Amino acid sequence: MRRLSIAEALREAIAQEMERDPAVFCMGEDIAVPGGWGGAFTVTLGLEKKFPDRMLDTPIAELGFFGAAVGAAMMGMRPIVDVQYGDFLFLAMDQIVNNAAKMRYMSGGKVKVPLVMRAPIGATGRGSQHAQSMERYFTGVPGLKVVAVSDAYDAKGILKSAVRDDNPVLMFEHKLLYGSKGARAEGGAVDATADVPDEDYTAPLDRAAVRREGSDVTVLAWLLMRHYSQQAADQLTSEGINAEVIDVRSLSPIDYETIGRSVAKTGRVVIVEEGPKTGGVSAEIAAGIGERFGGSLRAPVARVASPDVPVPFAPVLENAYRPDVGRIVEAVQRVMV
Amino acid sequence: MATSLGRQFLLDLYERMVRIRVFEDEVKFLFLEGSMPGTIHQCQGQEATAVGVCSALAPNDFITSTFRGHGHALAKGLTMPELLFELFGASTGCCRGKGGSMHVGNMDKGMVPGIAIVAGGVPLAAGMGLAFKMQKSGQVVACFFGDGAVAEGAFHEGVNLAAIWSLPVVLVCENNLYGASTRIDKVMKVPSVAARAASYGIRGETVDGNDVLAVYEAAGQAVAECREGKGPVLLELLTYRRTGHSRRDPCHYQNASVGPSAIRSIVSRHRYWNGTMSLNRSWPGFARRSLPNSKRRYKRPGGSRCLRPMIF
Repeated sequence: MRRLSIAEALREAIAQEMERDPAVFCMGEDIAVPGGWGGAFTVTLGLEKKFPDRMLDTPIAELGFFGAAVGAAMMGMRPIVDVQYGDFLFLAMDQIVNNAAKMRYMSGGKVKVPLVMRAPIGATGRGSQHAQSMERYFTGVPGLKVVAVSDAYDAKGILKSAVRDDNPVLMFEHKLLYGSKGARAEGGAVDATADVPDEDYTAPLDRAAVRREGSDVTVLAWLLMRHYSQQAADQLTSEGINAEVIDVRSLSPIDYETIGRSVAKTGRVVIVEEGPKTGGVSAEIAAGIGERFGGSLRAPVARVASPDVPVPFAPVLENAYRPDVGRIVEAVQRVMV
Repeated sequence: MATSLGRQFLLDLYERMVRIRVFEDEVKFLFLEGSMPGTIHQCQGQEATAVGVCSALAPNDFITSTFRGHGHALAKGLTMPELLFELFGASTGCCRGKGGSMHVGNMDKGMVPGIAIVAGGVPLAAGMGLAFKMQKSGQVVACFFGDGAVAEGAFHEGVNLAAIWSLPVVLVCENNLYGASTRIDKVMKVPSVAARAASYGIRGETVDGNDVLAVYEAAGQAVAECREGKGPVLLELLTYRRTGHSRRDPCHYQNASVGPSAIRSIVSRHRYWNGTMSLNRSWPGFARRSLPNSKRRYKRPGGSRCLRPMIF
């Protein structure tokens, strides 16, 4: 069994899916340039050698090539289209929200859009327009599935499921979790490697995953915050607090079944997200928990998130902005009172 | 060209244009009397563009359309009932009542549900062309949009993609001089849509959009080029909207001298076909078409100050 990074696992998943199905192809900026980077985070490195006709380098035209991906999907192809930084998704908003997400419904169910969209997110010292966590703008879009992969096993399995799903799926990845090497390595990266089977397998698109079992408090997180939450949980055991950490993984729809089982057990919830607090995905989850499991709660749902400001550049400010292990520990301590 | 097409074909073109006009006029009254919900954007005056282009397409070719898609739908082969029921929001409509007037379509007949966001269909059409090219299916997509769409970023990005990848897309601009209520010369310094084609490295052509044979011929050539892998092609069809932007628009902004009073009705322009097909007709348009070097597809004079020649 090999230990792969997320970048390697995604690369393998894309290659295997393109091998399996000739309709699968990739579109994005700088993803297939010979001697190039394989995309900004090395995910597609070298794939153009094996699949020269199916790795398309696009102009810098997100609205255009996301729209083209939707159109190709409607005609029976299964494109995997990516933005170099999640912040660029905003350029493609009309094609994602008004076309991809709506086409099946407004056609009376006649049109399929089997599209996979990939986007790297997270603050990494590049300044506010290359740093956002923008899941919230997409989790509320009816007709769109949204997932977030936080380790290599999930990366391969969920990408495969997304490719095979006949609906548009937006997959968020985190810049600090790719495990990119060499010149593209990221400072502050966190180990998200995992044992990845080399054969074909899928992971579900609509399920959360319990990463650490516990009985005292339910900590819900995704992407980088899943790893910080696990570190926080380790720290909390020394205080006698046994935290259950759940990787939300499916941001739309939310897996309330898995979450509900945990809340019934613990009665206390802390939701951790990297983006700003107001209007975040954690707000939706908190409301959803209150509606469904309000009776089980022994304390109000707590949220850990960034402040409502754009991401600052100075490293000391960025570190103060982004939730860290300490803030998660504090939030758990508050709900345990 | 008229003689080589055959009488039945010509009559069929005429009938299809009349059907669009009759449908749109009926729908206008149903809406104004309060029977029909929602909103409608009608295309009276733009029948020749729809029929001319769609007649040059094969049944398995596709079109993308706009919020003004009733004419495109009928021209592409949707039935009046499936269209009308959709306008009423009935589950028997072409989109089961979930789409409405701006999203009519039928994938089995090669029409994507209308894209109501101006220029939103241009990148979509590029992607459809990409699929056809990758699948080697020989299919072509005709992408309808208006003069207003040319200002949108999506137009630029979609056309550029189609151009750099040589995609089988016929880009059909129905230039009716107005983007909603705003006249074209207010929003473009060079009010020629076809002139932009050169900047993408593709062929562009301006056509009399009210002459169904001119449109048919230009579209046919563009479709053939696309099938040979020489696409995309940008066709600018000059036409006129004899109705408001939507039915709630009394249209007070249109210049009366350029408007309906100066326009020969598109239907009446072709009505002499009904019954007699004579090459000796002295009507200017028909005489033009019978000339070996037909002037009906003309080049806009460079730097011309007038909006366009009187081609109605």
